[in-house]
Amino acid sequence: MRIACPLCGERDLREFTYKGAALALAYPSEAASAQEWDDYLHNRDNPAGPTRELWYHGSGCTSWLVVTRNTVTHEILAVELAENAEEASA
Amino acid sequence: MIDLKAKSACEGLLPIEIGGVKLSEVAPAEMTLIAPYRGKEAALAKAFGGRWPAAGETASVEGGVLVWFGRAQAMLIGTAAPTTLAKFAAVTEQSDAWARVLLEGAGARDVLARLTPLDIRDTAFAVGQTARTELFHMQVSITRVSKDAWQIIGFRSMAGTLVHDLQRAMKGVAARAI
Ligand SMILES: [Zn+2]
Repeated sequence: MRIACPLCGERDLREFTYKGAALALAYPSEAASAQEWDDYLHNRDNPAGPTRELWYHGSGCTSWLVVTRNTVTHEILAVELAENAEEASA
Repeated sequence: MIDLKAKSACEGLLPIEIGGVKLSEVAPAEMTLIAPYRGKEAALAKAFGGRWPAAGETASVEGGVLVWFGRAQAMLIGTAAPTTLAKFAAVTEQSDAWARVLLEGAGARDVLARLTPLDIRDTAFAVGQTARTELFHMQVSITRVSKDAWQIIGFRSMAGTLVHDLQRAMKGVAARAI
């Protein structure tokens, strides 16, 4: 599997570390209810198909990336810097 | 009074030459990491006469070179950073924190190819280009300084490992030569 880092170009998997669903970037507000925090911390969809995930380019530019990956085919559909991802500004 | 002895990162380890490929330590120079604050990128670039390196690039500046060193940062090598930069960026003096070596010779690329997943063909990595990537199991900075010469910067604390891994690859390439 290869990931095209927006800064470094295409690199192979060994340079990256998987973190989890990109949803982790979308913190609930301070006023959020316990239920919202519970959802944020524990509840994830587990789709067979495109998912948005956080990856860390630790052996490269040290950017956090949001990678859109098809969990059925492992096809990488999109890669963007986490700071630019929609989840980060949600 | 304590008498401190100056010792470079690869002292006692380099230079070595195997199969026509040479690995040597680059003479110590000032190294300063410069990381622009959010929104101050343009002002910082202006301080360097617009010569702030984009991702994967190096830029010569007065007295030294700026080497892109990862997301939103570059390493100034060869000259001290002006204190005025502190308005625009986090500036950290790191001269003693890194081991800097030069791998050169006709087979240097074959040696690197054994250690890094980076595409280092001429079409993908021209002279003057730089990358943060993996060298065997360690993150490094690799810059192509001429057709057959590559500067590798690794953590000083791992200088022995850096030299060992390169030496082993040099031996491997040499053993394959007919
Ligand atoms: Zn990267």
